Amino acid sequence: MKNEWPLWEIFIRGQHGMSHRHVGSLHAPDAEMAIKNARDVYTRRNEGVSIWVVEANHIAASSPSDKGPLYEPSESKVYRHPTFFDIPEEVGAM
Amino acid sequence: MTRDDAFFQFLLRMGDNTLILGHRVSEWCGHAPVLEEDIALANTALDLIGQTQMWLGLAAEVQGDGKSADDLAFLRDAWDFRNVLLCEVPNGDFGRTLMRQFLFDAWHSIQLGRLMKSSDERVAAIAEKASKEVAYHLERSADTVVGLGDGTEESHRRMQEALDYLWPYVGEMFQSDDVDAEMVKAGIAPDPASLREEYDVLVSRILGDATLTIPESRFAHKGGRTGAMHTEHLGHLLTQMQWLQRAYPGAKW
Repeated sequence: MKNEWPLWEIFIRGQHGMSHRHVGSLHAPDAEMAIKNARDVYTRRNEGVSIWVVEANHIAASSPSDKGPLYEPSESKVYRHPTFFDIPEEVGAM
Repeated sequence: MTRDDAFFQFLLRMGDNTLILGHRVSEWCGHAPVLEEDIALANTALDLIGQTQMWLGLAAEVQGDGKSADDLAFLRDAWDFRNVLLCEVPNGDFGRTLMRQFLFDAWHSIQLGRLMKSSDERVAAIAEKASKEVAYHLERSADTVVGLGDGTEESHRRMQEALDYLWPYVGEMFQSDDVDAEMVKAGIAPDPASLREEYDVLVSRILGDATLTIPESRFAHKGGRTGAMHTEHLGHLLTQMQWLQRAYPGAKW
């Protein structure tokens, strides 16, 4: 493993005004090369206007075994969804 | 030599550089040391071949024999090619490939910068388009040369060997002849020799960062851009690159 480059998670902003989205991961020796590699791997077809890279081991993730306490309480609370409002057309994409 | 003859030769030199180097780089496709580099090299090769279409397309137009860029790429033999020898030398290891790429990219970026001011609008337009791709090629190859040169003991040794092997091929990019004189007179392209100073500054800085030593000798292999004498490697490259059109003339995708 010593010779393996670290893993980086790649986030691309598709267009101005949108948020960065996770598109995948790749290996690179440092952040600068990770951005270059992301450019070559993920933006060849005009997919993005901005790239974020994060070393994968800096991401803290929730544990699958916490599924019950984390998510189940909200399953039965349909009134928390903002689906009971009419959104004016002019607002556009939300 | 008429103005158009010289112009045609100049365009072949530009297009053959990108064609032959693009083919060489494409040989790494599926073989690079890591997936990310494999994709990056293939992208570079595709950029270069895309630029070839523009240069050789214009060359065919200037030649006026009703030929296409494809005819020029696939139906000429070794002695008709006008690329510098640097572009045709074999890839060697990954380090040598990236060193060759850096030594070429550095020249290419300076040359395209000058060509953007060409008196010929078509040349200026191609240079403008290509320069954005080449700026990225240079950034990438320079970073890799520094990373490997200033890396482990083994990577440093391999990069120094690559530089020692390739340095004698650098000088040819700056040699001027009658074709160049004609291009300078027409305001189409700069005198190659006039690019050397800027090149040396750029290359010395990067190779310094890479802790590599530039060989002292200024001896330069030549014969590629004039077509006087290519290395034995070009013929082998062409047999692969041109095989399909030679075996099945006129075959279409």
